[in-house]
Parts: sequence; structure tokens; C-alpha cells
Amino acid sequence: MYQFSSKLKITAIALMVIGLIGIIISFASAPSTEAEAAEILAHQTDAHGAHGGDAHATKEISHDEHHEHADKDAHHADTTHDAHADHHAEEGHDAGHLAHVLHQLQNRPWAAFYVALFFFTFVTVVVFAFLNIQRVAQAGWSIVLFRVMEGISGFLPYVSVIFLGFLIITALHGNHLFVWMAEGTVDPSSPNFDPIIANKSGWLNVPRWLICSIIYLVGWNVFVYLNRKHSVLQDNASDLKNYYKNYKFGVAFLAFFIFTESMSVWDWIMGLDPHWFSTLFGWYVFATAVVSALTVIAMVTVYLKSKGYLEIVNNSHLHDLAKFMFGFSIFWTYLWFAQFMLIWYADMPEETTYFVQRFDEYKLLFLGMIPLNFILPVLMLVNSDFKRIPQIVLGTGTIILIGHYIDVFVMIMPATVGDQWGFGWGEVGSVLFFLGLFIYAVFTTISKAPLIAKGNPFLHESEHFHY
Amino acid sequence: MSSHYEAPIREPLVLGEKSYHDITMDIVKPIEGKANKNWYIAFGIALVAFLWGVGCILYTIGTGIGVWGLNKNIGWAWDITNFVWWVGIGHAGTLISAVLLLFRQKWRMAINRSAEAMTIFAVFQAGLFPLIHMGRPWNGYWVLPIPNQFGSLWVNFNSPLLWDVFAISTYLSVSLVFWWTGLLPDFAMIRDRAVKPFQKKIYALLSFGWSGRAKDWQRFEEVSLVLAGLATPLVLSVHTIVSMDFATSINPGWHSTIFPPYFVAGAIFSGFAMVQTLLGIMRKVSNLENYITRLHVEYMNIVIIVTGGIVAVAYASEFFIAWYTGSPYENYTYMSVGAATGPYGWAFWSLILFNIAIPQLLWITKVRRSFIWSFIISIAINIGMWFERFDIIAIVLSKGHLPSTWTRFEPTFVDVGVFVGTIGFFFVLFLLYARTFPVIAQAEVKTIMKSSGEHYKQLRDGKNEH
Repeated sequence: MYQFSSKLKITAIALMVIGLIGIIISFASAPSTEAEAAEILAHQTDAHGAHGGDAHATKEISHDEHHEHADKDAHHADTTHDAHADHHAEEGHDAGHLAHVLHQLQNRPWAAFYVALFFFTFVTVVVFAFLNIQRVAQAGWSIVLFRVMEGISGFLPYVSVIFLGFLIITALHGNHLFVWMAEGTVDPSSPNFDPIIANKSGWLNVPRWLICSIIYLVGWNVFVYLNRKHSVLQDNASDLKNYYKNYKFGVAFLAFFIFTESMSVWDWIMGLDPHWFSTLFGWYVFATAVVSALTVIAMVTVYLKSKGYLEIVNNSHLHDLAKFMFGFSIFWTYLWFAQFMLIWYADMPEETTYFVQRFDEYKLLFLGMIPLNFILPVLMLVNSDFKRIPQIVLGTGTIILIGHYIDVFVMIMPATVGDQWGFGWGEVGSVLFFLGLFIYAVFTTISKAPLIAKGNPFLHESEHFHY
Repeated sequence: MSSHYEAPIREPLVLGEKSYHDITMDIVKPIEGKANKNWYIAFGIALVAFLWGVGCILYTIGTGIGVWGLNKNIGWAWDITNFVWWVGIGHAGTLISAVLLLFRQKWRMAINRSAEAMTIFAVFQAGLFPLIHMGRPWNGYWVLPIPNQFGSLWVNFNSPLLWDVFAISTYLSVSLVFWWTGLLPDFAMIRDRAVKPFQKKIYALLSFGWSGRAKDWQRFEEVSLVLAGLATPLVLSVHTIVSMDFATSINPGWHSTIFPPYFVAGAIFSGFAMVQTLLGIMRKVSNLENYITRLHVEYMNIVIIVTGGIVAVAYASEFFIAWYTGSPYENYTYMSVGAATGPYGWAFWSLILFNIAIPQLLWITKVRRSFIWSFIISIAINIGMWFERFDIIAIVLSKGHLPSTWTRFEPTFVDVGVFVGTIGFFFVLFLLYARTFPVIAQAEVKTIMKSSGEHYKQLRDGKNEH
């Protein structure tokens, strides 16, 4: 049995507290009036003037250009966030701009929280999906890691509760993250009317969105619960009844997941840019989550092993995990490139806006993802010997996680805060908060059952696994 | 690789009380024996179909592409449909030999050789279409970036049709090398058994002097692994590039970012269906029931249902996003209400029936483990996947942006004849292969006999009881 060390527990709680403080500061420092927004803008310009020549300055320039062209540029005419600009432009350019910036600044703490929330939720549910894939595929190597994966899946209920709360607040107009939820977007008599959104209101409406979201979250959690229950029951069972039950639940979950995964991504991420669409998007987000999920499994495993709890896990198991990290890093790049290249190649205005905005306003992050998520992992993990070294897996894993956090950041931020992005209290605080909660929940779950799923019929194969 | 221990709950992959020698004997029997009447009948039919196809191709080239049913709005129809269909079928071979090798699936060993042969013969068929659908096929070599006397006039590397040239030719080369490397120990075995000097000479040439030393085997394994590692991204990229023939365009229904992975999933789906069809016959006629077992059939069916599920999600995504775009042009794409109710409704519903509805029967264990049902369903999928490609190409082109360009496509007998010809050619090659090549990788099957053979498993279980 694993003992949750008090040191780790205190670390987890400390992370949560620090994270929470960061989140609170970010919310407190968000402006509530246009005057405050103007002050922040003025402050930004000063600060950048002093620093000069860095990434922020570039950001400021692109921001200005963007501002000037707001009502002329055909490319931009379609983005939601310029829809605001256009609309406000009628009332007066400066005032309209301020209102726009105010919305973005108000969104920032919410969006920062949402990036971390979505990242952690999705990674956790994909860890669970991977566990089920291993079960259903009757894998013989990974049984000794099942309890690690179950432990990580134990984070899902915690993060789902927060997610649900977040969704409800969003649905009740607690924030402006989803433009289509704003007042009057579907009302032709409103100045805020948006015919494109109105066209999609069969899908983009709050009741449907909320009900579907609840179905995804509750559904996933039910499977996590069932899997864990039967897995623990199997430990002391004399027959394989529970094993077969879990096999069947695994199949059912994967069938459920393959549909809910795409739909949840449409609802939770693609819906942030309601004028934009991409058929690949659901699978692309899955690719991001699956690389991160495998990395998280590998990291937790290495940690537990370093503490002497997983003696049965050898470097062949690590090698296999690292191979998956390597392979899925390439898979992510494949999907990233497929989506980007096809949209770039055809260059249809309603689609390219998505990348134009990201390329102009998030250049460093957008391009920086490629070395972090592709070049470095491939170079580090192509060697078989390297894949067996825990330090290398940890190091590469850290790079991968940072890279994929940025990926989610670049999915969410442009639609919600536009060029007002940055890494401040909110962004860092949210990550720390969820990291703390993750450590707390995962290691609590792991400590509640033996680290080896000894009832699994393939356990013996897994114990003797060498590659 | 993995240890000798195998969980008792795993079913055996080699049935009967087989020794190493028995495996050899079972595999060389079709090669050393004589062909029976049925083989000659099948070969004769295939040959006639092939020759008919050659006639149709020569007629097309001699007369002009106008003998096909294409028109000025639907410039691609059966030609590219068949091209994509054949390339897709070819993918399962690499999947089975490369991806399943990376995933250490022992059951692949009984089917990989035939699957790879299928890949190569299917890519031959596919490779015909890019050539014969050209208006001026004699200028076909202009697609290659060769220095020339036109002031070194080069190709434009921006076209997915050019990427196709590289993709398909690389794919064929790598698949051939991968296949042939695996064949070396098996050819050597036939060489060593041959009594007729001519046969001995041939197999001595084919086996490249393989002598099976420890160092050879070590390198053999490493090469297989590296090639598998290279073939996996290759197989993904090849069908991705094929999908980009459509997805890079601006036609509604073609321009869709999901095409790359979705075409790949469809390729695995259709390829496994074809392997299922072929092996369903082969296990019977070549007496390989002990190697290609019910379990193999079931595993293939599971791959089919998984990839079929992925394809189903892709259809759903296409259908949903076509609506979600809010673009009226997306109302007539191959996955839309317009397609379901329009003049090509029959093609749309055939796709749904053969690709989505019928494969769902495989959820039932009894069906999944039944040879005859698997055979029937696999044929349904082959039909369904042909319709998928036809729908994507013809339905989308039949209703483009301008209503004044809306038209229909009717194939002529030449369109059909060329397709029938490729099926004939495929079976000519496959039937010849089945009589001259070791259709099961004996060297590989021998490595799993003691861990996964029925006899050895029984011995082990008996020992455990005491």
C-alpha cells in the first residue's frame, strides 16, 4: 500500500493555496469599468516603452495595426472579437475600443482559469481512456501501471465538480467567454445581433450546451467509478467475473467516449470561436490530451518508483510509455499540421481568420509549440537507451506538458482575451492550483488500494515483461 | 522480446500438435504441389478479366479519355474512386506488418505475409489509375523533377497530385523491401527443400544467400523494427496525401480538415475487410485452418469495428460541421441532407448501409467468430468503402457552387471495364503468389509456437495443475 507522505500532502496544499491566491489576485485586478481598462492600457504602453524591443512591444504593434484596420480588413471581419469592434465602432472608435478591451481584460482571469481547468480535465479523462484501451486490448505489459492510471483517473470527480460549477457560472452570464451566449446575439432587433450565430442557435444554445456538458461529465465519471469498483473487487476475487465486467465497461466507455470527446471539444473549445469550424478539431484536441496523458502516467510512475513503491515496474515499462510519448508527439504534430496546412492551402477567409489571429497576436507561442511538442520530444526519445532513463523521460515530459499547455492556451486565449494575453497571477495561479489539487487527489486515490492490481489475469505477464 | 510466459487466458494462435517441421510442411505444400482444377478456373477467370481491362485501357489511351463517362464538371469519378479504393485496401498490409509489429501483436504473424502481398498487388492496381486517367499519359514522366532541355522546366511542388507521385512510389518501394526482407528466411527454407534444379535455382536467387546465422537474425530483427517504425508514418502519410487531393481544394464537401486521419481510418477499415475476404478463402483452399484460426478472424473483426467506429464518428463530424458552417453550399456535400435526398440518394444510403449498419453486426460475438458471417460482412465493407470514395468524389462534384454546372455522372462500359480489369489483375497476381510464395511467415510463426501454440499451452496448463 502506498502511504501519502505528509511532505507531499503539504506541498499539494501549499500549491493549492498559492494558486488560489494567484487566482483571487487576478480576479481582483481585472477592471470593472472602461476607465479602469483605459488606465491599464495606458500603464501597459508605459511599461512597454520602458522595456522596449521585447516580445511585448511586438504585441503592442500588432495590436495597433489590428485596431486601425478593425473595420476595413476583410480577413478580420468575420472574427467574433472584431464583430464587437465593428459594432462599437459605430458609437465612436475610442469608446468602442475601450469597451472591447474591457471585455477582454475582464475575461482574462476566467480564461486563465479555464485553460488550466480544461487541460487538467481532458488529460485526466484521456488517462482513463488509455487505461480502458489497455484493458480492452488485453495488453500484457501495462497491468503493473493500472493502479497508477486508476489513481490519476481518481482526479476526474474533483475536477469535474469544478468544471460543472464553471459551466453553470458561464451559462448564467458570470463571464463573457462564449460570445454566442451574449445578450441579443440571436435577436434580429438587437444591436448585438449576429446572423451567423443565429443560424447555429440549434446547437449553440445554453440549455442544450449545459445538458450535453453534464452528460459528458457525468457519463465519464460513472465509468471511472465502475472501473475502480470492479478493479478493487477483482483483487481478492476467486474468479474473473469482475475482470470481464470491467472489460465490457471498457468497451462501452470507449464507444461513449469517441463520440462525447468530439462533441465536448465542439462545445467547450470550438464554441469559443463560433464563426470558425474545423472537422478535425475534436481529434486534434484529443491528440494534445493523449500525449499529455501518457506523459503524466510516466511521471507519476517514475515518482512512485523513485519512492520505492513500484519495484515491479522495470525500465521496459518505462520504455513502452516513452515510446507512446514519442509516437503520439508525432501524431499530434501530424494532426496539427494537417489542420493548419489544409486551412492555409485553401485560404478560405472564414477559416483562415483563426490562424491569422493566432499567428499575429500569439506568434511566439504559436510557433514555439512546434519545437516543444515535436522537435525536442522526437530528438530526445528516438533513442531506445534514452527511453529507459527516468531523468530523460521526466525532462522530456516536462517539455511536452508545457508545450501542450501552450497548445490549449492558444486554443482558448485568442477567442477570449485577444491580444490582452500574458502570463500573470491568474495563469500561473490556475496551473498551480490544479497541480496541487491533482497531486492531492491522485495520491489520495492511489493510497486507498494496493499498488498492484493483483486479480488481473495478465498481471504475471506484466511482471515478467521485458523488451 | 517478451518473456516466454503467457497468461493462460490467452487463446492459442497455432492449433493442433504442431512441430517445427509440421509448420514447414503445411506452408510449402501449395508451393511444392500441383495446382488443382479450381485454381486454374479461378486463374482463368481472373486472367480474362485482366485482359478485358487491358483492352479497355488501350481503347481509352488510343481513343481519348472521352470514352469514359466523365464530363466537364465531373472530371474525376470512377478513375480516382478506384485509385483511392485500391490504395486504401493496400494499407491494411502495412498496418498488419508494421503497426501490429510495433504493438507486438503475435496474431499478425499468420496473416502478415498475405496482407503485405495484398498491399503490393493493390498498390499496383492503384498506380495504374494516375497514369491512365491522364489525357496524355505518354507525357506522364513530366511529373518527375528531372533536369531537361526545356530550360530545366520543373514541376510545381505545391500540388497534392505531385505529392501522390512521391507518396505512392515511396510506399510501393518501402512495402516491397519490407516484404522481401521478411521473405528471405522463408525463401531459404524452400530453396533448401527443393529437389528440382530449376526450382532450387529460382529460390536460391530469391533468398539472397540467407544462411540464418545469429548475427543475421539479430540484424534482421533490427531492420524489421526500423522498417516498421518507418512504414507506420509512411502508411499514415500516404493516405493522408491521397486525402489531400480533395481536402486542399475549395470544393464544399472536399475541403475538410478531418480528411487526413479519416481517410487513413477508412483505409484500415477497408484493407482489413479485404484481408478478411482473401484469408477467408485462403485458409480453406490452402489448408491453413490451424494457422489462420477463428481467433485471427475475430481479432481482424475487432480492428474492423474499431476503425469502422472511427469512420462513423468522422461521418457524424462531417454531417454536423457541414450544417454548423451555415454555408448553403455545404447542403449538397456527400454527408448532408441534400445527398441523402438528392439524385445520388442511393449511393448515400448504400454507404450508410454497407459501412455503418452492416458492420455493427460484428458487435455480436457469434457473428464476429463466424467464418461465413465475417466473409459476408467483409465483402459488404469492400462495397461500402467503394461507395464512400465514389460519394466523396461524384456527389460533391455533381453539385458545385454554381447551379448551372450541376450535372450527373454515368459510367460507360469502359469505366466499368477498367475497374473489372484491375480486379482481374489483382487476382492474377494474388493467385500466382499463393502458389509460389510462402503465404505464412514460417520463421515468425515458429517463434510463437511454444508460447502460443495450442499443444504447448495444454502442456503448460497441465503442469500448472500438479
